[in-house]
Amino acid sequence: MLAYIARRLLATVPVMGMVAAIVFAILRLTPGDPAAIIAGDAATPAQLELIRRHMGLDQPIHVQFLLWLGQLVRGDLGLSLISNVPVMGMIADRIGPSLALGLSTIVFTVIIAIPLGVIAAWRRGTLVDRAVMAFSVFGFSVPVFVTGYLLIFFFAIGLGWFPVQGYKPLAGGFWPFYQRLILPTLALSTIYVALIARITRTSILDVMDEDYIRTARAKGVKESTVFMRHALRNAAVPIATIVGIGMAMLISGVVVTESVFNIPGLGRLVVEAVLARDYPVIQGLILLFSLIYILINLAVDILYTVFDPRIRY
Amino acid sequence: MDLWSHSKRSSARGLVVFAALLAVLLMSAPGRAETITAVMHSGLRVLDPIITTAHIVRNHGYMIYDTLLGTDAEGKIQPQMAEKWAVSPDGKTYTFTLRSGLKWHDGPPVKAEDCIASIKRFCEQDKMGQVLMTMVADVKAVNDRTFQVILKEPTEVILTALSKPSGLAAFIMPKRVAETPSTTPIKEYIGSGPFKFVTAEFKPGIKAVYEKNKDYVPRSEPASGSAGGKVVHVDRVEWVTMPDHMTTINALLAGEIDYTEWVQFDLLPMVEGKKDIQVRVIEKQGFQTMYRFNHLYPPFNNKLIRQAAMYAVRQEDVLKALVGNPKYYKTCGAVFGCGTPFESSAGADMVVPSNPEKAMELLKQAKYDGTPVVVLHATDVSTIASNPVVITAALRKVGFTVDLQSMDWMTLVGRRASMEPPAKGGWNLFSTNWLINEIMDPLRAATVSANGKRAWFGWPEVKQIEDLKMKFARTSNPAEQKKLAEEVQKVVIEEGVMVPLGQFYVPSAYRSSLTGVLDSPVPYFWNVKKSGK
Repeated sequence: MLAYIARRLLATVPVMGMVAAIVFAILRLTPGDPAAIIAGDAATPAQLELIRRHMGLDQPIHVQFLLWLGQLVRGDLGLSLISNVPVMGMIADRIGPSLALGLSTIVFTVIIAIPLGVIAAWRRGTLVDRAVMAFSVFGFSVPVFVTGYLLIFFFAIGLGWFPVQGYKPLAGGFWPFYQRLILPTLALSTIYVALIARITRTSILDVMDEDYIRTARAKGVKESTVFMRHALRNAAVPIATIVGIGMAMLISGVVVTESVFNIPGLGRLVVEAVLARDYPVIQGLILLFSLIYILINLAVDILYTVFDPRIRY
Repeated sequence: MDLWSHSKRSSARGLVVFAALLAVLLMSAPGRAETITAVMHSGLRVLDPIITTAHIVRNHGYMIYDTLLGTDAEGKIQPQMAEKWAVSPDGKTYTFTLRSGLKWHDGPPVKAEDCIASIKRFCEQDKMGQVLMTMVADVKAVNDRTFQVILKEPTEVILTALSKPSGLAAFIMPKRVAETPSTTPIKEYIGSGPFKFVTAEFKPGIKAVYEKNKDYVPRSEPASGSAGGKVVHVDRVEWVTMPDHMTTINALLAGEIDYTEWVQFDLLPMVEGKKDIQVRVIEKQGFQTMYRFNHLYPPFNNKLIRQAAMYAVRQEDVLKALVGNPKYYKTCGAVFGCGTPFESSAGADMVVPSNPEKAMELLKQAKYDGTPVVVLHATDVSTIASNPVVITAALRKVGFTVDLQSMDWMTLVGRRASMEPPAKGGWNLFSTNWLINEIMDPLRAATVSANGKRAWFGWPEVKQIEDLKMKFARTSNPAEQKKLAEEVQKVVIEEGVMVPLGQFYVPSAYRSSLTGVLDSPVPYFWNVKKSGK
């Protein structure tokens, strides 16, 4: 197993290299000019050219790429073209809120979605099952920003239970910290609860017809034990896969949620950097997201061996 | 049972991991003093107010820097850092004397040499400053508090340039900072203004924090525009960036923020009439919305075809789509804005109403061959997103072939700088907005620049306009200036150098707990009190 993990980790190096090259090329082919955001609306072409020269954007693309690669090898993501601060520092500033929102969403999703899926499978064909599946369709269909605005309207403006927006670091106390995460967590997790509840239900129903379930029932094992010990564990592999995919999808989900709830996380940083054509920031963030995708996939593969001892690498 | 036990152990481990990860998020939180929390029209990312004309950076400049001269609410030039100025009898030497007690945020006194370096850097970047520098023979310090500007010929442009509140404002910086090349961003943010910038709390695009400068000595006159006493009544001002307008309004209603610089027009009903909220247009002159042709390529390298396009578009249609509520817009054919000293209606009949018949006649006369008009359309900025759509519909109606190309604003600003033909990544027409204060005379208005490839985007070459501008710079006689500005307007419209599409006003909103918010082209935070203090 350790050799497998080491092999997979080593394989990330060429993957990240390819990602770096592709991202760099795509960004340079995209129209737009970071010098223009610096200079403002009244800048003349001559002023823009001087600023481009100062930013090093007048150099040939291959020279710019090699300079950036050199920085990467030294563990330096460079400076933001717009605000002139280290990209690493910007990411460090923004990762806390995104991590908090992501973790909160994953924990909430798993706690709610898996029991919902189990109950729906257990009560297959009943009103409970239909209600869970109806919620699932609703969860898929309503965009995150609509859920977000509705939650703000009812719980922040109407009842005044939660703040409308913002983020407080944990150092300011747990409640001020988590109070601001509750509505974003609810908004962001709706779609994942719907997705994972549905997959859990389907996966459990798939294994319910297996011989070992029939054998357990024939032995007089209690139905709850049949579900929890035999069915759920054997359905865990597809559930783990979808949870892993969900975690990766969170990266795109947080972009909207962070904007609606004004959370200064990585999602907002991506949007700001793309709109400003802040190349080093976009490049740094895409590399980070790629690394997260790779590591989540690795973690899911390892989890398979926990849930299904027959799987060996 | 095994599975349950295993599950409980896993849950416990998960909780421990979760708690550990949350602990990693520990960050320091600043304490709150008497603070105004404001949401500005965009996030602050660039900190050099001379390298860029972006309004958010100008606003930042006014927080931490001071200016030699200011402009009061009536538009009159007033001394600010200057105690006084004197003009020699021949009108060629201006002597400025600084007020006593002016200090940089890090302690040393402000000196004449700081002003000289700052003015030189400003003049390299600013359009009016560039004109001024062609007329300057020498700038020299007389002593620590006095300096002189010696001109080759008499002009009052020097006072206008150093006092204008927008476009670039002539912020005074320490000499060592002002000696940074004007195309390189400064790296030290020390001013002598009423607020100090809290560098440690600056998060680009998220938050900028300003603390009251306790050593600032305000003038004794009441605050008015960028002039008068800049008395600060709060301890801190925090600019928080909110990317979502709806969230900003909800936060204002919930009392989480005190002030928002712009309220999007469609969200006004949420705040208008609320007893805790004041909705007010602070920038009384408003904005000009306009478009410019590319004079380098067909079809708009033909004057008759430019005029046909101008006759095709009706201002009222553009403004209805852009603003909707007539309380916040008015049609205006004045190139230098309505309600300004140089307002004129010369040529307005070509740009305010539409005359499709005349437009079609001109197209026929010009033998328009159906060459497509590439219109640039930025979809992500609400205050300009509708203009290209309305213009396109109007042009098509009179017989133009139009290729409306949608993109984000940043693509547009990159694209409009391209002098390539429209089919190879260039363009024929784009629209944008200007603060009236930035276009209210022929020298400060980039929109009327007509010096070919050195001009603002569109690159018209009309020597008569540039000559009239220099004549304008050389006279101090208001009647003559008015006449020259009107002549410029006539030529600008006749030649299709730029096309005004009307004027609109953007409301601000703030909690009723704030008082003393000044009317001005720039949102100032001095003079503002927060009740409960």
